[in-house]
Amino acid sequence: MLSPADIETLLLTFKVASIATALMLLIGTPLAWWLARTRSAWKGIINAVVALPLVLPPTVLGFYLLVLMGPAGAVGKFTSWLGLGTLPFTFTGLVIASVLYSMPFVVQPLQASFASIGEQPLEAAATLRASPLDTFFSVIIPLAKPGFLTASILGFAHTVGEFGVVLMVGGNIPGKTRVVSVQIYNHVEALEYSEAHWLAGCLLLFSFTVLIILYTVLKTHPVAHQLK
Amino acid sequence: MTQPITARFQLDYGSFQLDVDLNLPGAGVTVLFGHSGSGKTTLLRCIAGLQQAQQGFLKINGNVWQDTEHQVFLPTHKRSLGYVFQEANLFPHLTVAGNLQFGLKRIAKSSDAADLRHIVELLGIDHLLERMPDRLSGGERQRVAIARAVALNPEVLLMDEPLASLDFKRKQEILPFLSRLHQQLNIPVLYVTHSQQEVAQLADHLVILAEGRAQASGSLVETLSRLDVPLAQDREAATVWQVTIVEHEADYHLTRVEFDGGSLSLTAIDAPIGTPLRVQIYARDVSIALEAPAATSILNVLPATITGIADDHGGQTVVRLQVGNQPLLAHITRKSAMLLGLQLDMPVYVQIKGTSILN
Repeated sequence: MLSPADIETLLLTFKVASIATALMLLIGTPLAWWLARTRSAWKGIINAVVALPLVLPPTVLGFYLLVLMGPAGAVGKFTSWLGLGTLPFTFTGLVIASVLYSMPFVVQPLQASFASIGEQPLEAAATLRASPLDTFFSVIIPLAKPGFLTASILGFAHTVGEFGVVLMVGGNIPGKTRVVSVQIYNHVEALEYSEAHWLAGCLLLFSFTVLIILYTVLKTHPVAHQLK
Repeated sequence: MTQPITARFQLDYGSFQLDVDLNLPGAGVTVLFGHSGSGKTTLLRCIAGLQQAQQGFLKINGNVWQDTEHQVFLPTHKRSLGYVFQEANLFPHLTVAGNLQFGLKRIAKSSDAADLRHIVELLGIDHLLERMPDRLSGGERQRVAIARAVALNPEVLLMDEPLASLDFKRKQEILPFLSRLHQQLNIPVLYVTHSQQEVAQLADHLVILAEGRAQASGSLVETLSRLDVPLAQDREAATVWQVTIVEHEADYHLTRVEFDGGSLSLTAIDAPIGTPLRVQIYARDVSIALEAPAATSILNVLPATITGIADDHGGQTVVRLQVGNQPLLAHITRKSAMLLGLQLDMPVYVQIKGTSILN
């Protein structure tokens, strides 16, 4: 059975993933829109930066974040100067790391979705007196709904599943940064295989359900295909 | 709506240049005619502001929409226009009613809106309002798109080959709606097409575009009969006359119509006396005689004066004639022209073998 400590990690994981997903949608939507439409020479570079977490070992990303946000890092100095202290081993730090780590899973489906809408609905909206911002909310968002759903689900699920980055940046602090994947690791390290089974089973069920929803309800293409 | 439209654009894409300076009437249908690559769609998009010409001046109904000399460029959504795209381009996430309302919700004063119910009726789409666009046929979709643009009661209606994506049957289904629309609404229309049939049926004013330049711009009747425009040489060359029904000859199954300076007999038309009609006369259906033929089966023999002769360098001669006050084109062989000794200002007789009614 799940212990109260296990349930605590589940709730914390859910909280991190929810906040991170909301932030990713907020940052990722304009970013994806820009990437889908720009002809700027920067497009390739920004695309590569966004996609970097897809190929980078999580520990590498975690390591750089740890250094950057630590007392000697640029970000760490800045947050200290603001009087916020440093971010590693805090809930906020964990959320920031998650956002960076899972961003491609939000940006890429959105970008593909925006690109597939094309120029035509935008032109039609303009000839019907809709300003660009108005068009974005009244035409683009409804038309890109499947993209937003895919982006949210993938972003959320991927954040739930992260381990390497969490361990590097967040550590293993109960109630603050100890998420499910870390807790499973703890159980296994302590040879508590039955507890590990319960949590692992929860994650397996969750991930499977998410993918079932993606492929049957939303009828999206396989993830690998979308990320190309 | 009486103020003329001024449109001057210069645009350079390297392989394609648009360079036009047009004064168009502020009423009726102006057709922008040309083959693909002539720049007619680019011109329309410049007028809509969907494309920005490097140099341009555009004034519609007294409002300047673009003036590059004074850094004026009104974005599309601030221009009082209606635009009908080649593909209907309806919003797939909205019903037909939702599509019709989209623009209406966004115009400042509700009094600016045209009577939506009237337009819906005129275009015959009242039974489609609750449907989603993907449940419509191509013709229905295009009618909704036209209604959506017209509903805003814009200062100009821009139509980019609205029938091009439809098959012949659907075209015939929409053309009457368009003619009716143009008669009933007091909005100047700029209509892009490469179809001579649509030109003859819809145009009041005609602009002929080729390679990004305007070759001719003038009233339909005058422009169609200009010999310096390649259209006159075309196998399908024709003139269009505005006529009025004056008499029905029921015994012979004929209808007599009058034009400015004469009359014609046509196959019976089921319409009351006084009805205005457009009659198209193909140049290949017109022959020329030096004297009034004493006995001929052709009913329509009219006195005419030659006002122009052009050779197509292919054995065919195009003759421009004046019949009453109407210009008329005739395609005859070069040999006939030689044998008859046709010359400018020569009085002759024309025999019209066939006519077609356009509305």
